[in-house]
Amino acid sequence: MTSKKNWLSVPYLFWSGLFIIVPLGMVVYYGLTDRTGAFTLDNITAIASAGHAKALRLSLLLSLVSTVICFLLAYPLAMILAQVQVKRHNFIILIFILPMWMNFLLRTLAWQTLLEKNGVINHVLSFLHLPTLKIINTPAAIILGMVYNFLPFMILPLYNALAKIDGNVINAAHDLGAGHIHTFFRIILPLSIPGIISGITMVFIPALTTFVISSLLGGGKLLLIGDVIDLEFTKTSNWHLGSGLSMVLMIFILINMVLSAIFDKDGEGSML
Amino acid sequence: MRKEKRFHIKWIMVMLALTASVLLCGCASSNKGVNGQVIVYNWGEYIDPETIRMFEEETGIEVIYDEFETNESMYPKVESGAVAYDIACPSDYMISRMIENGMLSEINYDNMPNAKSNIGAQYYEQARGFDPDNTYAIPYCWGTVGILYNRTMVDEPITRWEQLWDEKYADDILMQDSVRDAFMVAEKLNGDSMNTLDPDELTAAKDLLIEQKPLVQAYVVDQVRDKMIGGEAAIGVIYSGEAIYTQKENPDLVYVIPEEGTNVWIDAWVILKNAPNKENAEKFIDFMCREDIALMNFDYITYSTPNVAARELIEDESIKYSEIAFPDLSQYENLETYIYLGEDGDSLYNELWKEVKAH
Repeated sequence: MTSKKNWLSVPYLFWSGLFIIVPLGMVVYYGLTDRTGAFTLDNITAIASAGHAKALRLSLLLSLVSTVICFLLAYPLAMILAQVQVKRHNFIILIFILPMWMNFLLRTLAWQTLLEKNGVINHVLSFLHLPTLKIINTPAAIILGMVYNFLPFMILPLYNALAKIDGNVINAAHDLGAGHIHTFFRIILPLSIPGIISGITMVFIPALTTFVISSLLGGGKLLLIGDVIDLEFTKTSNWHLGSGLSMVLMIFILINMVLSAIFDKDGEGSML
Repeated sequence: MRKEKRFHIKWIMVMLALTASVLLCGCASSNKGVNGQVIVYNWGEYIDPETIRMFEEETGIEVIYDEFETNESMYPKVESGAVAYDIACPSDYMISRMIENGMLSEINYDNMPNAKSNIGAQYYEQARGFDPDNTYAIPYCWGTVGILYNRTMVDEPITRWEQLWDEKYADDILMQDSVRDAFMVAEKLNGDSMNTLDPDELTAAKDLLIEQKPLVQAYVVDQVRDKMIGGEAAIGVIYSGEAIYTQKENPDLVYVIPEEGTNVWIDAWVILKNAPNKENAEKFIDFMCREDIALMNFDYITYSTPNVAARELIEDESIKYSEIAFPDLSQYENLETYIYLGEDGDSLYNELWKEVKAH
């Protein structure tokens, strides 16, 4: 049975070989060599230099904060979604996915226009004689951009996990005398852990590596590790250092993936 | 039912294979013009597309036109030879780097009458800073880097770089988000050369930029233009070519060349050493030097043209004698052109710039 279907995987293997394995090999090659082509670890250890370490710390902090915010926003919503009727939840999900039909760059640019000093929001605020908002080009603006762009990636896996919970389990908990809070912490939350883990992965990784959001909403004043890598490739044309730093970033992503593999045994993340 | 489905999959596979082979062949044999082709690598939005169409029509040479965003992103692509470009249009310091690394081919002026007669002598003179005998490069655009300010948003005229450190303009200043342009401002303010490699001078410049950072609203490149037009900031560092356009959109904007001196830059056409279509490349560059074509490009991109014959054709007197487009450079002191600092010099600047940005 499986051997007969093996040839179906040929296009995929071809695809992943050409566009995943080969580029990855090139990144590793560039990361471990210097301009002369000699082997070096300098590009990896460069992460410890003051500027790079600071950028990495800021990236970790901002992506962590936005992941937590996404989680706090998405969990209640996913619970509501899991409880409403099938007809209605499709509509609500559509509302949350709808913005994703627009280009990512465009959505972030829109926030720039909204938040600017003479932007739409401040125009409205000053019209109402309210104090104006000054968050553009600050970490707050970057977190806002991350949460806005990545929230759907948190909602969907959470919803998937919560919708799978058998209503009878919850009813049983109530019958056995557990209150709502007790049921939530002892039954619902543990059963939704696979969804939580894949939601966190899908928000944390893109947030950690982003450079578009920080350069558009941070005004170039806040350097994330993604910006450093972008700088090395597009401005200073040091592909070796850029690749070395990308490899360091991959380590963080690998840690995240190992964690999710441990908790997410059923592969909920792939149910998307 | 099952059989039909399997047939479908097979069919799709065949289609996929066909598309793939068509795509692969497509790269190898693209449609050539009657008289061959020329592959041009230029800055984004740096030419009137109509002039390319006219060139194709007049010569029967097909133009393959590709754009880059920064000198630094252009260089590795040309160096790797992944695409065999014929012509590129880098800036001064990048041209000297390409000359140093033997990537350029010598210009044969006999094949380029327009380039010889129409480009002003003073611009060839200026180009000798990076191309000592005018062997490799034909100037295409030039300009200065200066301050653009909104006269309704400042208390007094801005004339010096120093004023970009004035705390009353906090959050109203836009700096250039590129290492050399940012350091140039600080180095000129310190009275140093913008090509310095002296560690003390560089540290002083870095400290100055870090000191300025809290006052800066944003480090941007092309967005200076739109932000200044929209009144988003009071003062911005900008290329002179953008200044003319911004003034058309917002008459409150004033462009000045700061007293401490600044960067005079030239972007020039070069023919690459391994250009597959050298003759067509010469024709293309010469066509771009023709006065009517140069005028079309000037009108379109508003960057100062070194083409004196084209400048004569400008009808609008206010532009023909504009202090922004065609300043009399002899009036200003401490003007300099970037030179290539070498790999070590470049990485030194980049390291310091990262420290500023990460601070």
